[in-house]
Amino acid sequence: MSRIQAKWQELQAAGKKAVIPYVVGGDPEPDVTVGLMHKLVEAGADMLELGVPFSDPMAEGPAIQKGHERALAHKVSLRKCLAMAAEFRLQDAATPIILMGYANPIEHMGYAAFADAAADAGVDGVITVDLPPEEVMAMNIELKRVGIDNIFLIAPTTPDERLPLIIEQASGFIYYVSLKGVTGAGHLNTEEVAAKVKQIKALTSLPVAVGFGIKDAESAALVGASADGVVVGSALVNLLGDASNVLEGRINAAVGLLGDIRSGV
Amino acid sequence: MNKPIDPSVYAQVPDANGRFGPYGGKFVSETLMSALAELERVYTQLKEDPDFQQEFDAYLAHFVGRPSPLYEAQRWSDEIGGARIYFKREDLNHTGAHKVNNTVGQALLAKFMGKKRVIAETGAGQHGVASATIAARLGMECHVFMGEEDVRRQALNVYRMRLLGANVVSVTSGSRTLKDAMNEAMRDWVTNVDDTFYIIGTVAGPHPYPMLVRDFQSVIGREARAQSLSQIGRLPDALVACVGGGSNAIGLFHPFLEDDGVAMYGVEAGGHGVETNEHAAPLTAGTPGVLHGNRTYLMQDEDGQIMHTHSVSAGLDYPGVGPEHSWLKDIGRVNYVVANDDEALAAFHKVTRTEGIMPALETSHALAYAAKLAATMTPDQSIVVNLSGRGDKDIFTVAEVDGADIFGEQN
Ligand SMILES: Cc1ncc(COP(=O)(O)O)c(C=O)c1O
Repeated sequence: MSRIQAKWQELQAAGKKAVIPYVVGGDPEPDVTVGLMHKLVEAGADMLELGVPFSDPMAEGPAIQKGHERALAHKVSLRKCLAMAAEFRLQDAATPIILMGYANPIEHMGYAAFADAAADAGVDGVITVDLPPEEVMAMNIELKRVGIDNIFLIAPTTPDERLPLIIEQASGFIYYVSLKGVTGAGHLNTEEVAAKVKQIKALTSLPVAVGFGIKDAESAALVGASADGVVVGSALVNLLGDASNVLEGRINAAVGLLGDIRSGV
Repeated sequence: MNKPIDPSVYAQVPDANGRFGPYGGKFVSETLMSALAELERVYTQLKEDPDFQQEFDAYLAHFVGRPSPLYEAQRWSDEIGGARIYFKREDLNHTGAHKVNNTVGQALLAKFMGKKRVIAETGAGQHGVASATIAARLGMECHVFMGEEDVRRQALNVYRMRLLGANVVSVTSGSRTLKDAMNEAMRDWVTNVDDTFYIIGTVAGPHPYPMLVRDFQSVIGREARAQSLSQIGRLPDALVACVGGGSNAIGLFHPFLEDDGVAMYGVEAGGHGVETNEHAAPLTAGTPGVLHGNRTYLMQDEDGQIMHTHSVSAGLDYPGVGPEHSWLKDIGRVNYVVANDDEALAAFHKVTRTEGIMPALETSHALAYAAKLAATMTPDQSIVVNLSGRGDKDIFTVAEVDGADIFGEQN
């Protein structure tokens, strides 16, 4: 059983929802990421999404774009993110790590080499924003070979007839994008989200996590009522990039927000 | 070096998945997948629709001013003393470049799809101006994304777009040039996908864009082919076009691809030289990767990060290239070469003084290479260069490079 599956079973047995923070590897500085990951787990994170910095993060809103730029200024890329995952694993054998990023750094490394390196680093899942099911085949073969889950996005614009195509290739869980837009946008419609989550769950036994517009305990609680888990990204990355705050203060603020969200869902 | 192409292979690209061999595809976030499918469905239907074609042709004739002439550059050819050089005069189109052929086509698609809001990315501003122009004509709301750096170097076009009623959004992320403008346009599209049509300005982006932009621009090559036969009496020996994303090049090349005797040269921006890393020549010096919705040759570093590019011409300052060009390079049908900044600037001055035609700096790259090529050929041979645009927009850049003070005393 994969770490992700084990985690969902544990959560279900306890009647809990998953709280999944997203931070960018190397943001705001490379040295703090692994420590931050541990603190997020202490504050109640069930799984971690580690954003892999990319020069052209097309699906991100301004907050996460800046996170990518801060990390890239320190030359943090896919290899360094894998090293961070491996370092995290030395002290935490249970919390799933999901890499979230864009196709090109992975393509450039090569799918097979990436799958091996990710498995060695203790990575459990991969979300590649710009590899929809039509383009993912070649990578999926390699991920399956090493037992890494491939997590797909489903969007509000995904037509019903596409759902089986996505679900067929997905493992670990389904990530429902709660709004039309980039990460961190503000127009979350929780009723629509609940209806769509219900529809997806009728088609698959995979858990459904929701992300893209969740920024505080309140929105997390609303979404958490229908979904199996919530992903929080921009709100954390915003706090981490808050130049008016000292580094330690920024980290404490982000960890604090995650704690609030945990108690909300 | 120009390998003949097997027509049966060519008839199959792009395939149903939008692939040109290993290139192309639809590498976008899930949110856009249904919009792309819808666009493909509508385009496939309208392509065969006589009403749509008639309307498109009427706009090309009466709004754009087609057909554009095929012009023999006599003095310049005489001076070089090699092959005769002909210009396909896309600079004479309404708005001054080839870009308008495609914006008219896509805006008509938007109209048929009932979309009232159009967005576009632009580098040199030519595509932005062409989009703003047709949006004004069709009464559509238009937003143009442009890198902050390009807003500065193409101030004239920025103001033209504003006069036409478009909203110009200055993009401050990343390298602040064309690639970042495209990122921002994609982000807008994801957000407003229900009511917005994204008019992509070149043969890049996710399927079906590389195909439909090629189809709309192919009018250039169809005309040039017929004009060559009637004016030169036979097909040209070579075609030359500059390659940014590659739309003017594919537009000229495409109708000639099965003519084995016609050699083709796509000229990329060599910037300060391909050995310096300060260039925009992915086909010459890059490797395949994924950017902006398709797999293609890219300028990228050892981590797969997209590199900053440099070209004196904003319209060529792009780290990728249309996927069909990547394929044509691999199969050997088209030769991809470079012209550096200084070669392009020299050609700009030369053609302006010799022919009384002031080319765009993008186009000047093609001209620089054409001069070299012509010199290796004989006067019974001919070259058609795509004169993709006029140079008015570039005079500030040229003045800056030449150290001239346009508004100061005459020097
Ligand atoms: C006059 C002119 N030629 C060429 C280009 C490059 O684009 P493409 O390679 O798509 O033709 C541009 C782009 O702005 C342009 O304005």
